[in-house]
Amino acid sequence: MTLRTLRFGALALVAVLALPGCAGGTAPAPAAESTSFVSSDVWVKAADGGMSAGFGELSNTGDTDLTVVSATSPATSSMQLHETVPNEAGQMVMREVEGGFVIPAHGSVELAPGGNHLMFMDVTSPLRAGDETTITLTFSDSSTAEIAAPIKEFAGANENYDGGAGESGSAGDTDMGH
Amino acid sequence: MAALDAQRGATRRTFLLGGAVAGVGAVAAIGIDAAVAARGQDAAASTPLNGEATVPFHGAHQAGIDTDAQAHVSLIALDLHDHVDRDGLRRLMRTLTDDAARLTRGEAALADTEPELAVAPARLTVTFAFGPGLVARTGAVAPSWLRPLPAFSIDRLRPEYGDGDLLLQIAADDPVTVAHAARMLLKDARAFAAPRWVQQGFRRAHGTERPGTTMRNLFGQVDGTANPVPGTAAFDEVVWAGEGWLVGGTGVVVRRIAMDLDTWDHLDRPGRDQAVGRSQSTGAPLTGTDEFDEPDFAATDAIGFPVIPDFSHVRRSRPDDPAQRIFRRGYNYDQTPAAGQLSDAGLLFVSFQADVDRQFVPIQRRLDELDLLNTWTTPIGSAVFAAPPGCAEGGFIGEGILS
Repeated sequence: MTLRTLRFGALALVAVLALPGCAGGTAPAPAAESTSFVSSDVWVKAADGGMSAGFGELSNTGDTDLTVVSATSPATSSMQLHETVPNEAGQMVMREVEGGFVIPAHGSVELAPGGNHLMFMDVTSPLRAGDETTITLTFSDSSTAEIAAPIKEFAGANENYDGGAGESGSAGDTDMGH
Repeated sequence: MAALDAQRGATRRTFLLGGAVAGVGAVAAIGIDAAVAARGQDAAASTPLNGEATVPFHGAHQAGIDTDAQAHVSLIALDLHDHVDRDGLRRLMRTLTDDAARLTRGEAALADTEPELAVAPARLTVTFAFGPGLVARTGAVAPSWLRPLPAFSIDRLRPEYGDGDLLLQIAADDPVTVAHAARMLLKDARAFAAPRWVQQGFRRAHGTERPGTTMRNLFGQVDGTANPVPGTAAFDEVVWAGEGWLVGGTGVVVRRIAMDLDTWDHLDRPGRDQAVGRSQSTGAPLTGTDEFDEPDFAATDAIGFPVIPDFSHVRRSRPDDPAQRIFRRGYNYDQTPAAGQLSDAGLLFVSFQADVDRQFVPIQRRLDELDLLNTWTTPIGSAVFAAPPGCAEGGFIGEGILS
């Protein structure tokens, strides 16, 4: 495995998750760490509770596309992969992206306020500015990657959340973050 | 025309070699210089811009102290919110250190909403220093001198320019760079602290005069001639503290000194030179011809009076005790005057010294007792801070008392 150190402080490491199976037999194989994933400048918006989001650059050093299908963090009971798109009223809303984030071979995907992001649906332990949290990504090939993300206070990233696809109702309008 | 460009290239090379660029950078600079000389005008476009010049953030000492003073500064003192404890300070300083490290490299900070403004560092430095209130919250032992200066009779201190828990000294050769760095740092400090005061200052713009030229204040005086020179043993002895968590750090004194340009105008050239003890035109002591000539306080004129008057600034400020030396790195200020006034100008006096009580206070006491220059100058702000040592990559400023 390779640890790619990008920049001081900014860096997110692809951590060792998979250990060679020590118990043979019936236990499900542990998830293998992706060998072609690198992240940089990943950060998460500070929040005491409610919703928040993570941003940064996700890169793929491999020869085949890499698809992020899910994400978890100890700071939230659930996470979703979101895109930000205009709704029928022309308002920018965020919604769960279908099919996950596809990181092209030798390419990258930019997650940014106002665009794609990793959505913390319900912050259960406060995301305090200056701390770090962990985000674990799972890819379509069942490999995973763990990212250490600094938490920053941020005034933006207040997009409305359009909870159900096609719904135009009041389920949205959740101010993210605080 | 080509010759002129080549000459400009040579001047720039001199600066780069003497300044922030070393090693590979210096080789590159020489290469570019040679190209300029060879190809003349065409190559001038490839001369490196000062906006691209960087000063390393990481190191044994914080940058912005022994760094050749940049053209612009923002001094910002912050007051910590009540709830901020030692752990909060650790989080604050980790975040601000990361911001500073990135911005001084010419990179956007994390979550920077204006990354376009970060691309021209222009020798940006960010220097952090702790006030007594911050150190108290860490539980660390503060140096005995970390407290407000004793009251001086000449002081007319205004609370809006005094004290503070955390000092940010943000300096660069470009005011846009300074403004962006200040904004970014203040946003990341917002959850922990609020600005108490902001003081902005300036020197000659980059490229206006040769690097290393002693600054002139707005009285026209050459100001700072007696400074120890960074990189010398004398400088290290004056500036860097040698005890406890402050080893490799230093004491910071910030004084806002109002200068009355209107009454200074009443004084003709001989009177000005007598008040200071130096010639306004050259900065030389009245007993010499060159700025860096040592003043001869024993010299007398034809009727037996000292050539350098006993009441002059240079006589009063010059210590007999070599331990009483400081390193000054001040800036001019010139702000919107009050109604009916022509100017609100002065000096942002900034000095670095290992021990404020031992080095700075005796000098200021002598000036308080007698200094003709006091007629035209009034200290209106005062603050003392302790600047921790620098940090290595991956570390943060203040880690000695916060981790």
